[in-house]
Amino acid sequence: MTSDREFLGYRRGDGRIGVRNHVLVVPTVICSAVVAERIAAAIAPTGTALPHLAGCGQLGPDLSLTHETLAAYCRHPNVGAVVVVALGCEQVVAQHLVDAARSAGKPAQIVSIQGEGGTLRATAKGIDVARSFAGELARTERVSCPASSLIVSVKCGGSDYTSGLSSNPAVGRVADRVVDLGGAVVLGEIAEIMGAEHLLAARAANPGTAAQLLRIVNRVEVEAAALGLDIRGTQPSPGNIRGGLTTIEEKSLGATHKAGERTRLEDVVGYAAPVTARGLTVMDTPGLDVESVTGMVGGGAQIVLFTTGLGTPTGNPIAPVLKITGNARTAETMADNIDLDVSGVMREAESLDSAADRLFDAMLAACSGELTTAERLGHREFAIHRRNPTI
Amino acid sequence: MTSAIVISARDNVATALEALESGHTIRAGDTTVRIIEAIPRGHKVALRPIAAGAAVVKYGSAIGTASRDIAAGAHVHTHNVASSRGRGDLGVRGHVADPANAGGRTSDPGAPRIAEPPDQEAS
Repeated sequence: MTSDREFLGYRRGDGRIGVRNHVLVVPTVICSAVVAERIAAAIAPTGTALPHLAGCGQLGPDLSLTHETLAAYCRHPNVGAVVVVALGCEQVVAQHLVDAARSAGKPAQIVSIQGEGGTLRATAKGIDVARSFAGELARTERVSCPASSLIVSVKCGGSDYTSGLSSNPAVGRVADRVVDLGGAVVLGEIAEIMGAEHLLAARAANPGTAAQLLRIVNRVEVEAAALGLDIRGTQPSPGNIRGGLTTIEEKSLGATHKAGERTRLEDVVGYAAPVTARGLTVMDTPGLDVESVTGMVGGGAQIVLFTTGLGTPTGNPIAPVLKITGNARTAETMADNIDLDVSGVMREAESLDSAADRLFDAMLAACSGELTTAERLGHREFAIHRRNPTI
Repeated sequence: MTSAIVISARDNVATALEALESGHTIRAGDTTVRIIEAIPRGHKVALRPIAAGAAVVKYGSAIGTASRDIAAGAHVHTHNVASSRGRGDLGVRGHVADPANAGGRTSDPGAPRIAEPPDQEAS
C-alpha cells in the first residue's frame, strides 16, 4: 500500500530512486545507433536505446556535452543495467559510459562492432548481454518510496491559450506540492522564460541565483540578436500564434506558471547537469521540446509533466512523460497522446485545485509503473543539444 | 460560463473562451466591452483603448507594446502588438533590465553553454 505521498519505485545501489527499470542500450556514436536499437528492440519494453546523431566529429564543448549527457543516462535511477554499443574508432569513450553506470551500482558491458566483427555478430552478442541483464532486473521489486525522492521535470509544448490558463497552473500547483513534500522540480527552456524572468528572479533563494538566471536569459537573447534575426520566427511558433499567443513575453508568462506559484528558485544548472537542490531548479536548455526533455531527464528527473494545448506526441527513452491538456478539442482529437484532460478548468466545470489533485495522483501512479500514452505508443524521442558545427 | 477571461485586475486585454462576434457586448471580469471585430477563440480582445506605444498587459505583466492605437473591443494580436524581446532584426543587443544583465559574458554570444561559469558555480 502507498499513501498519497508515496509511490512504488526502485531503490538503486547509489541510494537514488527510479520509477522504471530499463536495460539501457547506448550507442557511443551515430554509427552504432542501428545496432543499439535492434538490441533494445529484442528485449522491449525493458530494453530501450538512446539513438543519437553525435559521438564523432565534435569539438570541445559539444563533445563534452555528448559524453556527459550519455553518462548521465547511464547513471540514471530509471535504468537498471547498461549495454554500451561502440563502433571502435569514435570519439566518445565507451569505457567512460560503462564506468558511469558501474559507479551508480549498475551492471554494464561494452559490445564493440569492430571488435565483434560486424553488425550481425555485434547485434547477437548485444542481445545475449541485454537478455542476461533483463533477467537480473526482473528480480528487482518495487518498494514504497517517498514523493520527496522525486525530481519532476515540468515542460510545455504545442502551447495555446489554454496552456497558461489551465494546464500550466495545474502543473504549477503539483510542483508546489512536490516541493512542499521535500522533492525537486526542474524547469528548462530559457527562451520561454524571456519576459517572465523578473517573476522567477524575485523568487530566487539569494541574489546570486537571481543574477545567474538573468544572465542566461540575457545570453539567449543576445545570441538571437547576434544572428540579426527576430526571435518571433520561432518564439512564439506559428502554431502558438494561430492559437492566440502574440509574443514571447505572453508565452513565457503563461509557461512559467508550471514552475509553481510560490516555490523558491534554489539553483540554476547547465544542460543535463545534475539537479542537486530540493525545491525549484532552472536548467539551461533550448526551447526545442525533445532537446529540453533530454537535458532535464539527464539532470536526474524521473518523470516529466508535459502540458500541451495543440497536442504533441513526444516521450523519452527512460522517463515517463505525462501529457496534460486544457484544450477540450485536443483531448478528443488527439486522445491517443493525452494522459490527463483538464479542460474542465476552461469551462469552469473544475477548479484548478481539483485538476492538480488528479494530476498529482496520475503522477504517482505513473511513478508506480502505470504506462503513459507516450510509453504505450513507443515514443522515445531523444536529442542531445549541440551548439557548434560538425567538423 | 464567461465568454472571455481576465487574469489580473491590471490587464487591459481579455482572452476569448469562445469565438466572439462583432457587435456583441460581453462581460469580462469587471469590465463590459462591445466587440468591434471578430475575435477567434483563444485570441485577445482589448478591454479599453490602448494607445500606440503603450504596454499591452496580461497576467498583470507587459506582454508587448501596442504598435498602433487599439480601440476597446478590437482584436489584439501580432498585427497591432510588438514584442520587445529577442529582436535581433531591430539591432537590439539583448535586454538589459537589471545590473546583473550588463556584466561579463553578455557580449560573448559564442560562449559554450556547458562551460558557462555561472552554471559551474551553481552545481
